[in-house]
Amino acid sequence: MAVTLTVNGQARTVDADPDTPLLWVLRDELDLVGTKFGCGQALCGACTVHLDGTPTRSCQTTLGDVGDAKIVTIEGVQGREAEAVRAAWVSLDVVQCGYCQSGQIMSAVALLTENKKPADSDIDAAMDGNVCRCATYHRIRAAIHDAARRLEA
Amino acid sequence: MHMLQKLEPGAVSGLAATLSGAAQTPLSRRFVLAAMGGAGIGLVLGLRPEVAHAAPAGTGATGPAFNPFVRIAPDGTVTVIVKHLDKGQGIATGLATLAADEMDANWSKVTTAFAPADPKIYGNAAFGGAQGTGGSTSIAASYTIYRTAGAAARAMLVAAAARQWGVDPATVTVSNGVVSAGSRSAGFGALAEAAAKEQVPAEPKLKAASAFTLIGKEGVHRVDNLAKTTGARIYTQDLKLPDMLVAVVAHPPRFGATPKSFDATAAKAVKGVKDVVMVPQGVAVLATTTHAAIKGRDALKVVWDESGAETRSSSDILADYRGALGKPGLPVEAHGDVEKALKAPGVKLVEAEFEFPYLAHAAMEPMNAAAQIKDGAVTIWTGCQFPSADLPNAARTAGVAPDKVEIHTLWAGGSFGRRALASSDFVVEAVAIAKAHGKGVPVKLVWTREDDMKAGYYRPAYVHKVRAAVDASGKPVAWHHHVVGQSILAGTFFEQVMVKNGVDETSIEGTHGTYDIPNMKVELSTMKAGVPVLWWRSVGHTHTAYAVEVVMDQLARAAGQDPVAFRLAYATDERMKAVIRLAADKAGWGTPLPAGRSRGIAAHKSFNTYVAEVVEISLADAGVKVERVVAAVDCGVVVNPDVVRAQIEGGVGFGLGAALHDAITLDKGAVQQANFDTYEPLRMSQMPKVEVHLVASDAAPTGVGEPGVPPLAPAVANAVLAATGRPVHRLPFAGQAFKPA
Repeated sequence: MAVTLTVNGQARTVDADPDTPLLWVLRDELDLVGTKFGCGQALCGACTVHLDGTPTRSCQTTLGDVGDAKIVTIEGVQGREAEAVRAAWVSLDVVQCGYCQSGQIMSAVALLTENKKPADSDIDAAMDGNVCRCATYHRIRAAIHDAARRLEA
Repeated sequence: MHMLQKLEPGAVSGLAATLSGAAQTPLSRRFVLAAMGGAGIGLVLGLRPEVAHAAPAGTGATGPAFNPFVRIAPDGTVTVIVKHLDKGQGIATGLATLAADEMDANWSKVTTAFAPADPKIYGNAAFGGAQGTGGSTSIAASYTIYRTAGAAARAMLVAAAARQWGVDPATVTVSNGVVSAGSRSAGFGALAEAAAKEQVPAEPKLKAASAFTLIGKEGVHRVDNLAKTTGARIYTQDLKLPDMLVAVVAHPPRFGATPKSFDATAAKAVKGVKDVVMVPQGVAVLATTTHAAIKGRDALKVVWDESGAETRSSSDILADYRGALGKPGLPVEAHGDVEKALKAPGVKLVEAEFEFPYLAHAAMEPMNAAAQIKDGAVTIWTGCQFPSADLPNAARTAGVAPDKVEIHTLWAGGSFGRRALASSDFVVEAVAIAKAHGKGVPVKLVWTREDDMKAGYYRPAYVHKVRAAVDASGKPVAWHHHVVGQSILAGTFFEQVMVKNGVDETSIEGTHGTYDIPNMKVELSTMKAGVPVLWWRSVGHTHTAYAVEVVMDQLARAAGQDPVAFRLAYATDERMKAVIRLAADKAGWGTPLPAGRSRGIAAHKSFNTYVAEVVEISLADAGVKVERVVAAVDCGVVVNPDVVRAQIEGGVGFGLGAALHDAITLDKGAVQQANFDTYEPLRMSQMPKVEVHLVASDAAPTGVGEPGVPPLAPAVANAVLAATGRPVHRLPFAGQAFKPA
């Protein structure tokens, strides 16, 4: 079934069943492989994308669920918050294996868009669904605070 | 490779001799010749020419090769060929730092590419020359190789500049990627083609440590951090190749079971499914998309032959282990008279029986590999951690000669040991499916999280029993330690070299030697179980450090002594004492804590690196909350301090997640955990504040990927002991009630 989606600001038409998880539409149909497969059950957050700005687990969102929502992936996320987050991530060398980091960054950008100066408890609440087996959490927390400072400047 | 054909034998043997002499770890001459000299030595030794030509490959590397480890492109980009898998630990950054420093390269123009499978050139001295990554050996075994490779390239750049400019090479200087003499200067890129044709220097001079510009310096950023923040980094999971099919496999429900028959009618009705094949590992569904392959797999009906399957529950297995405690094990270490000392008048006894569960690695990227068998040749794409196993295993599975196998190594989304195994399980599975499909197209094997969790190769479960004593003066005088569990190495090709007198070193490493105990006996009972087991970040130290360090705190209490002072009094190694002092000092050991908090310490040497960790915890209804961890680390020369800190921070988190909640359990042979809801990873809200302090040292560099893990769990247990008066002898902590005393 042909469905037209808005992905990273562009209209993209895909031929897939409505029950297909958005994750596999992005990765296998649209070649947007920055969004990762980690668990398939919305337990790890590696597949996080924005639907109308809201961080969403694409592995448990079907094509049929998307409707008219605008989809933004790691490849397309931009704006002040995204720039601040990326700059902080690089400056603090947050990444290790990097596999979860697309999802971490998408969650962090959404957090900072809603809350310009998150406290540690806000970070815990916003980021607890994003698993990092390398346990870069310590630096993710520091990088979110760093990004918040960059946004103030 | 034209430059290598100009090499004179004298120059080559001189290089080898220099490398050998400069090496800080013992290297066999065979290894030095084979691994260090690269293709030039290959020619001298009469190796087949294709080895020489294959030598400096490396996925994505461009520009002329200076040696098997360094290329420089016309635009000045320096590519360092990395012979170890980077699965997050930062070894690509570390090895590139070594070469770039000796080259005086501009760090912003340094990139890396993974080496091909070729142990003659890219072998690991710590593995007897086999090519592979593990045991926190990469920096230790490669420190001199990469520095020498960089120094040799620098000398060739200098020689080329001197020749072009008609000046004395001694007047040529190099700084930040620019070669200069008097008023003339040129970038690396402009000189690269000519320089690569210069003779490889017989004895490239290495810098004094005082001249380092990158090694040991702050602010040298990871080579991979930009690609990993934009989504651009490609992992095996992301591979797309022409005509590629995705394979998802129905695996047996119990270890040791095999597929008997299957009905693929419903699976083949799924749109996109192209084939269903039976392989020894299970039944594979091949489809054009991942989703179709998963749907197809879910629609399969498979009948399993479980006649050879492990059908015990993990509780049965552990009960068998406890039963083995009553019988003598194989001797590991014995000195003094432990039984007499345990019964001496006035001693205070500590008895502890420990239980450690099976643990899954659960890397973020589930295990995967792509394989293509075409025209009698096999191509593999995977995060290849162990080429010396994966290559022959792939060849055997495909039924081709080893020289018909090519491996492309990709960045891996974690491993923690899982990607390095003698059986190459997921690589072999990918090759078997490609062979069974038989159409010559690339096949990407994808494991779902559930497949990965249930696939075995776990950290083995263990039972330990320790009986130890302090005398009336508070001195530890006796220690009897019995370890019971499966051998990781039995039945693998490691058995010949790493199992001595029946004792698998990986089962007992770390049980003895840290403290001066005059009467000691360590024994090992190796058990059989049908559960595949493997090393898991820090291997035997994951359980031995726990038992030793928890008993040390119990002994300190029995002696009425402070845990830090007690360790300092009996630790045998000054470097160990130094990290204990540093961690205690930085953590404010002995200073008052807020109400409800307690401290614990543990220290452990693993992979020749010394780590002490002091933790602060609070106890709540939800169990143990670790608030702060202060670590002190002595890993000899520090190549990249920030990468070292990152590895210790990560080791703390990895060790903590497992200690808090993780266990793989079996119900009548079936693994009960499937995903991150039943095997809970550490999450942001559970991550403590971590401070890492490094000991300044000029000792030979050692590894840091693993050593941050072992002290963490016992340090937490010791903080619980301090708060409750109760030692914790079973992991994980979850499900155990801790009430403040």
